[in-house]
Order: sequence, then structure tokens, then C-alpha cells
Amino acid sequence: MSPNQKKYLNKKKKEKILVIFFQISIIVFLIGIWEFLATKGYINEFIFSKPSNILKTIINLYKNFNLINHIFTTLYEVIIAFVLGIFLGFLIALLLYSFKLLAKIIEPFLTMLNSLPKVALGPIIIIWVGANLKSIIVMALLINLIISIITIYNGFIQTDKNKIKLLESFNANKLDIIKKLVIPNSLVTIISSLKLNISMSLIGVIMGEFLVSKSGIGYLIIYGTQIFNLNIVMSGVIILIIISYILYKIISIIENKLLK
Amino acid sequence: MNKLLEIRNLSKSYNTLDGEIKAIDNINLDVYEGDFIAIVGTSGCGKSSLLNILAGLDNNFEGIYKFKKDITFSYMLQTDCLFNWLNIFDNCKIGLDIKKDKDPKKIDKINELLKIYNLEEFKNKKPSSLSGGMKQRVALIRTLATNPDILLLDEPFSALDYQTRLAISNDVYKMIKKEKKTVIMVTHDISEAISLANKIIVLSKRPCTVKNIYEVKLTGATNPIENRKAKEFSTYYETIWKDLDVNVT
Repeated sequence: MSPNQKKYLNKKKKEKILVIFFQISIIVFLIGIWEFLATKGYINEFIFSKPSNILKTIINLYKNFNLINHIFTTLYEVIIAFVLGIFLGFLIALLLYSFKLLAKIIEPFLTMLNSLPKVALGPIIIIWVGANLKSIIVMALLINLIISIITIYNGFIQTDKNKIKLLESFNANKLDIIKKLVIPNSLVTIISSLKLNISMSLIGVIMGEFLVSKSGIGYLIIYGTQIFNLNIVMSGVIILIIISYILYKIISIIENKLLK
Repeated sequence: MNKLLEIRNLSKSYNTLDGEIKAIDNINLDVYEGDFIAIVGTSGCGKSSLLNILAGLDNNFEGIYKFKKDITFSYMLQTDCLFNWLNIFDNCKIGLDIKKDKDPKKIDKINELLKIYNLEEFKNKKPSSLSGGMKQRVALIRTLATNPDILLLDEPFSALDYQTRLAISNDVYKMIKKEKKTVIMVTHDISEAISLANKIIVLSKRPCTVKNIYEVKLTGATNPIENRKAKEFSTYYETIWKDLDVNVT
């Protein structure tokens, strides 16, 4: 290895360490200052909670209130909504791509649905579907499906016209073109829609749990609010942050594997 | 001589919301076995539309064209159109895959052509690891893989830089002569047409009609690069240049 290359690698390594160092420092600093301000009474512990209390609450929830069960409920709902969203999104996008006229007719409705704040439909969903897990899934699907359809469809229509022409010159039919060109060509878009979809599914599930639920992280947060125990609310939020980060990372790993 | 293709009174109009645009006006042409025909015209004159019609990609035209019975053709486009998720070998094979043609002779042919053009070691690599010139060679092998009688080439070198363009057109010429293929090539490059073709069809501006047909005869013709040095070259160039009547306004 040449000295210059060594220098370059060293520089990159130092940079990486520096980034991680500051990231950890920020977290430690924020937690520290939060704990300090609450303990010294500069901020109201009752309203703002504090890190040590949150940790105690999480342990307590784990021991006495079946925290694992709540986490699994939320994860279960997220995964169902995610899989359904991707699957249906892909199928509907394919349908729209295969029938251009249909796509033209549907487009303004999709845009309308996409810009509608779906939470407004919450009460209607509860009445139509019932106050149960199904409502939560429907809520999450409403939020992730439209955006999945739009993203995947846009991937499909960006297929190079010349490549379609090439296959047509070999007498390819529509199915050949979709199977051999359009779908593999849109793989990158489809995978990036997974990332979007997982975040949207989590948002939808929590929204659904806010409206109607007997367990789950969203339920914990609402329950904490109702009995005015901010420790529970903050614990729920912290657990959510961790869950969403882990889910996002898992999708990233899958993405890297698939795109290799 | 063996006539492979006959075009009679071919016209083509495009319908747009702003009105009808005539792209091709009454073209007549005969193509014989072994011909290397270059169709030259200014950009946007409708020469690619003509090739689209011949390739069967556009059925909306007037007039007739008739291939000789059981004649097959293959189409090569301006860009290499390689699929970046398939390796080089599978890219070459895509035409056979679509036609569900499992003829082992054709597979052998692909391997042979890959070997001739020093692409064998890249057989299992993705197109992203090839240079522009190599990609265009792969595109040509893909075009030849279905063993067509006629090749339709739509500005096949226009995406390449000048040096690569000369080298690749030399390769293509050799490959086509060796395989005894008939070629119809569309180009806007006059010198490319003179150096490659034995017959040049000059098209007028839109709507395009056949303005002139030249039989190219060069003294000491060997290959496209040497052909550019022939003494008749500049005469052809000037005549065709005048025919095209290019004005930049």
C-alpha cells in the first residue's frame, strides 16, 4: 500500500470515529441535561419526566405490565400492514401500468386520496370495520398503500422506451415486457418504496392504536396520557423511536442484499 | 439478384393534437441480398420512422412493404439498451429467450462471437463493467444472435466518441461481411455512410422522400477506415452534402 493510500484510509477512519463520537456525545449530553434540569427542579418532573424515571418505568412495564406483549402487538400490526401494503401496492401499480387508460382515469383520485389526512377517516373506519385490530390495519393500509402505488407506478413508467422497442422488435408480448424488463428495471424503486412503506406502516399503526386498541405502544402512550403519567408516555415514545430505527435498519440491510 | 425487401409508395403521418404531420412521403425502395444500404437524412427527417415501420413496430402507415418469404430481421438501436441486471451472456441471449428459441447452434454462435470480440472474460459480468464501445459490440452480438437475414441499424454508433466509433464501425463491417448479412442502416453521418455502404439513399427534409440514390464505388475498397482514404470519397461527400441542403437557421 502506498503511503498516500494509507494516509487516505487513515483520514477516512478518523472521520468515521469522529462522527460516531459526536453522535454518542449528543445523546449523552441531552440525557444528562434533561436529568440535571429535572432533578434540580428547573423543569417540572411531573410534566417533563426524566431519563432515570423513564428507565425505571420501562423496567416496571416490562416486569408488571407485559411490555413485551405491547411491543409484539405493535410489531405484528406493522408487519401485516407493511406486507399487505407492498403486495397490494405492487399489484395495483402493475394493473395501472398495464392499462394506461385506467391510470389516466384514476390519477386525480389517487392524488386526492394521497393529500387527504387519512386520520380524518379514523372515526369512519371504526364504525365500518369495528373497534378491533382490523381497524388498525385498515388505517395503516390507507396511509402506506397510496404512496406505495404512486412510487412503484412511477418506477414502472420510467422504463426506457428504447428497451421496450428492442423487446418488441423480438416480437415480445406485453407480459414478456413486464416480466423481463419493467419489473427488474424497477427493482431499485420497489426496494426504496419498502423504506417509505415501513415508516408509513408504523405511523398508521400508531395512529390506529390511538383511535382504538387494547394493547400496543400506541395504547401505552394514550393510557399514560389519560392517567396523566408522563413517565409512561415518554417510555412509549422512546420505545417507538428504537423500534422505528431497528425496522428501518432491517429494511436497509435487505435493500443492500437485494441490490448487490 | 435476390430481392429481399420491396417498399412501395410508403407514407407515414403523425397525428398530434396540433394537427397532422407528414413524416414520410411516398418512398420506394428495393433491397437485395448482400446489400449494405445507408439511409442518410438530416435529423428529424423521418428516417427512424421508416426503420420502425420496417421492424413492424408501427402499423400506422400507408403503402406497402414486403419482405421475401421467411426472411427474418433484427433491430439495433442508437443506444446499446443493455439490461444492467443481466450479465453479458444473458443480454446477448435475450432475443432468443423471448422467441423461446433453444437452438444450441445459436448459443454456440454467441459464445463464438464473444470470443472473437475479446468479450469472453466478461461473459458473466454486468454491463456496467464494460466501456461504451464494448457495450455496443455486445449489442451487435445480441442483434446477430437470432441469426437474422437483414439487420436494421438505427444510428448504431451515434452514442460513441469519434475514435471508438471508427473502431466499432470497422468491427461491425467485418462481422457483417463475414456473416453475409444484408443491412439497412440509418445515419446522419455522411462519411459513415460512404465508408460502410454500397448504396446510399439520400432523403429530403420532412416530409422525407427519396432525393437521390448513389451506388458507392471506391477504388481499393477494403474496410471502413481505409475506405475514407479513397479518392472518390470527397466527391461523394460533397454531392451528398449538397443534396441534404443543411441550413442552420
